[in-house]
Amino acid sequence: MKNQGIIVKVSGPLVVAKGLAGTDMYELVRVGTLGLFGEVIEIRGERFSIQVYEETGGIGPGEPVVPTSAPLTVELGPGLVTSIFDGIQRPLDRLRVKFGDFVIRGAEAAPLDRTKKWHFIPLKKAGDKVVRGDIIGTIPETPIIEYRVMVPPGYEGTLREISEKEATLEEPVAMVNTSEGEKAITLLQKWPVRTPRPVKKRLIPCAPLVTGQRVLDTLFPIAKGGTACVPGPFGSGKTVVQHQLAKWADADLIVYVGCGERGNEMTDVLIEFPELIDPRSGRPLIERTILVANTSNMPVAAREASVFTGITMAEYYRDMGYSVALMADSTSRWAEAMREMSGRLEEMPGEEGYPAYLASRLASFYERAGRVICEGSDDREGSLSVIGAVSPPGGDLSEPVVQATLRVVKVFWGLDDKLAGQRHFPAINWLASYSLYQELVDRYCTEKIDQYWAKNRREAMAVLKREAELEELVRLVGMDALSIQDRLLLEAAKMIREDFLHQNAYDPVDTYTSFPKQFKLLQLILGFYHVSYQAITVGVELEDILKLPVRNEIPRAKFIPEGQIDKIEALRQRMKAAIDALKPSGENS
Amino acid sequence: MRKEYLTVENIVGPLMLVQEVSGVSFAEIAEIILPDGGIRHGQVLEINEDKALVQVFEGTSGLTPGEVRVKFLGKGLQLGLSRDIVGRMFNGFGRVIDGGPPIIPEKYSDVNGVPINPEARDYPNEFIQTGISTIDVLNTLVRGQKLPIFSGSGLPHSRLAAQIARQAKVLKTGEQFAVVFAAMGITFEEAQFFMNEFEKTGALERAVLFINLANDPPIERIAVPRMALTAAEYLAYELGMHILVILTDMTNYCEALREISAARKEVPSRRGYPGYLYTDLSMIYERAGRIKGKSGSITQMPILTMPEDDKTHPIPDLTGYITEGQILLSRMLHNEGIYPPVDVLPSLSRLKDKGIGKGKTREDHAGVMNQLYAAYAKGKAAKEIAVVLGESALTPLDIMYVKFSEQFEKEFIGQGEGENRDIIASLTIGWKLLGMLPATELKRVKQEFIDEYYPSKQL
Repeated sequence: MKNQGIIVKVSGPLVVAKGLAGTDMYELVRVGTLGLFGEVIEIRGERFSIQVYEETGGIGPGEPVVPTSAPLTVELGPGLVTSIFDGIQRPLDRLRVKFGDFVIRGAEAAPLDRTKKWHFIPLKKAGDKVVRGDIIGTIPETPIIEYRVMVPPGYEGTLREISEKEATLEEPVAMVNTSEGEKAITLLQKWPVRTPRPVKKRLIPCAPLVTGQRVLDTLFPIAKGGTACVPGPFGSGKTVVQHQLAKWADADLIVYVGCGERGNEMTDVLIEFPELIDPRSGRPLIERTILVANTSNMPVAAREASVFTGITMAEYYRDMGYSVALMADSTSRWAEAMREMSGRLEEMPGEEGYPAYLASRLASFYERAGRVICEGSDDREGSLSVIGAVSPPGGDLSEPVVQATLRVVKVFWGLDDKLAGQRHFPAINWLASYSLYQELVDRYCTEKIDQYWAKNRREAMAVLKREAELEELVRLVGMDALSIQDRLLLEAAKMIREDFLHQNAYDPVDTYTSFPKQFKLLQLILGFYHVSYQAITVGVELEDILKLPVRNEIPRAKFIPEGQIDKIEALRQRMKAAIDALKPSGENS
Repeated sequence: MRKEYLTVENIVGPLMLVQEVSGVSFAEIAEIILPDGGIRHGQVLEINEDKALVQVFEGTSGLTPGEVRVKFLGKGLQLGLSRDIVGRMFNGFGRVIDGGPPIIPEKYSDVNGVPINPEARDYPNEFIQTGISTIDVLNTLVRGQKLPIFSGSGLPHSRLAAQIARQAKVLKTGEQFAVVFAAMGITFEEAQFFMNEFEKTGALERAVLFINLANDPPIERIAVPRMALTAAEYLAYELGMHILVILTDMTNYCEALREISAARKEVPSRRGYPGYLYTDLSMIYERAGRIKGKSGSITQMPILTMPEDDKTHPIPDLTGYITEGQILLSRMLHNEGIYPPVDVLPSLSRLKDKGIGKGKTREDHAGVMNQLYAAYAKGKAAKEIAVVLGESALTPLDIMYVKFSEQFEKEFIGQGEGENRDIIASLTIGWKLLGMLPATELKRVKQEFIDEYYPSKQL
């Protein structure tokens, strides 16, 4: 039994207590007579600083602090998928049933439902030897996600008993003879959130994470197991990009962390996801989604914990051999929570008041992403991709959170205020953004989609870059100074921008575009450019080409449904024929 | 009988340090009793062993250590609530100041509120018609939204807010509607303007006013929006009313917050504002919304003046990150005599997509909105080129866009202060203007709507 302490100081979410000798750094404690959750974040002699996960109003010196002898942990087990938790994994749906429409202080409920029975189907039999991470059985958690029961650390040995049964979280599904005696494996496991879950081996990513967003997949792809960041000023569409990824990314499981953002955005997800259909499984998207919601007005310390809560659950499903994608919106709010605690601890500030350890904290978070060989004897592969939104003050990308993030992530999707102002969505600036997975994805797509994938992408980028240069020129000397070839290029660039990169998240067809359709669309636009280029070199007027009725069909090509993408190729043929017909006779190819 | 302390040690700006206290808790309210019997109020900002740091809402001028007595009341800041608050006026501390009898409360609520469980929120998707084209068509306001007005000094934000409060209605009838108005550090004239406006339209009987004027204690401003929102929550979620909350001016609120932060010698973040400004603002703005199964709602319209019209200043910047869009006012349009001078391109309503379309406004709304934006942006860009190179540098199509954007500013953005356009009228103006462009340019509108609504003759 550890010592019980008493509070000596309260300053917002920071509480200082004395008399806690023997309590560890990052240990979870219960604060005050209300028993609020808190975490020890600094120890100076006998003064223990505690960040409290709930409002501290009404708490004062003299009240008790009780150590729990455990760090902040999350519960892992079936029932996580489709649930919504707050930053310290309290189940918001069950809190509402128990405590009403507001998250009141001291509200408590077990993260996972203890009474629900799950159908356990064994994969191993009695007498089998098992090691850490081995899958001993499965549970149909949702129609999409098959929950895989893994052997927890310290349970290595020989299975003595295992059978198909209906079990609650706490009932054993298997008995193991271990070197330390017999142990029971239950469905419920726990893991400290600040400790990454172990893996057997880390690998380099090898396949793209298909997002269905043309500007991302074609120009700036992210790999499964990769990391990306989406910085942008307010109103530039960060959250829409994150939501689009959560909806359409071809990961097996999505963990969406709403960290210090708007309550209505989480409601949007909660209302929309049960209705939206996953294009791959034909089932509602919510059946592959875990939500963590610590909105901006919920306690700031719990916001700090929320990304760790989210990523620990994500790692757990990765360990089952799934490809998991985690979206954190927004990491800036997380960094601000760190800054607030740091300020109250009176630490020496780094840049803009952020703590000096900002960069290392961010790095340790993003480094939990990756493609891995999971623990267990079957060497299954899993991946965890992490996409973090960043909300730089005033859209200033030189601020510390963006800069520290860019040092660790491999993909940068820079959102642009100006594009958003023109209602060009997603407002991803094609000149500033980059992806370090480009080569890998080029290789993959050249093999799986089309040999011209990489060539087309490079050409599209070259056209867009040239457009920016020409626009400078036009601003100085006017349109008339441009050659006919350059004017054609501007037309082509405009088509790439408006008819390819622009994508309407709210249109049922346009919201998602498969890789093959992305390729065909770009092929169509570049085809127009090439054929027209040939035509103008033999004397066809650019205006005549632009007046062709077939050209008006190109902008509508993106609305051709996935099942009918042959129509895009047919359109390309018609377009080619129509332009060729303008050529003087004898020049027809 | 609660203990009274005579142990005030330091007084720094709005803060006071009381020594040798016991049994005091964080965020507790204190009464400060002056030698002449006057009473001021304070709140515990930090409690460290036997020292309590108290912020004094009415300011510390005239207080002397050793002479004032401090009594801790054992509770946080609360507001007494009953149905009778409607039609009444309060100061920033929740005291009646309209000369009428005090409120007999049915209940007391902590003014800090409690976060709504995201699971309990209902998505705002009910179109509110404000009668202002730039808002209804381009930046649609929906019930339960928080949509601020970013303004600058000298711009007609008050007139716009008053017009919205006057005209706002849902395309349904028979619902209880009220305005909660919170003034923070605005001038007497400005406050009087709102009062007259409310009086003229009979809205005063359906309004709850919390008034802290420019010459009232600045620290009291910290409490004003919290008081107002506590009243709003009571009316909305317990009495089922639809509430529009107008908070003006949030810049004054943030400055009061900065004053306290500076007095506490906290590490400042940008421009001297405290690092927790985002969290603090979100605890105000997030108190808008709708709750499943409750008929009432809270729609917020905070007003803030951007220092130097700078959108990247921390106050508008952090506000924009929390609110669901922003209505930006433009000094240029204002100088051209266009009212309301809504700067269309940087303005945004994030919830518009859920509140418009078939069954809510009209099926072509989304397309028209996107097309008007795109065309106006294009016209403005072309105009910039024309400024540098002259009109001759523009293609005939560009010239059409320039003409479109000029006409758009006059006819679509500009409207009378008393002009209440319904959504169909606004959309009709939109189509009339789009008629200035060739139909082939309208890529953001579905063909079927072009066929139906595109004006058949070029104007």
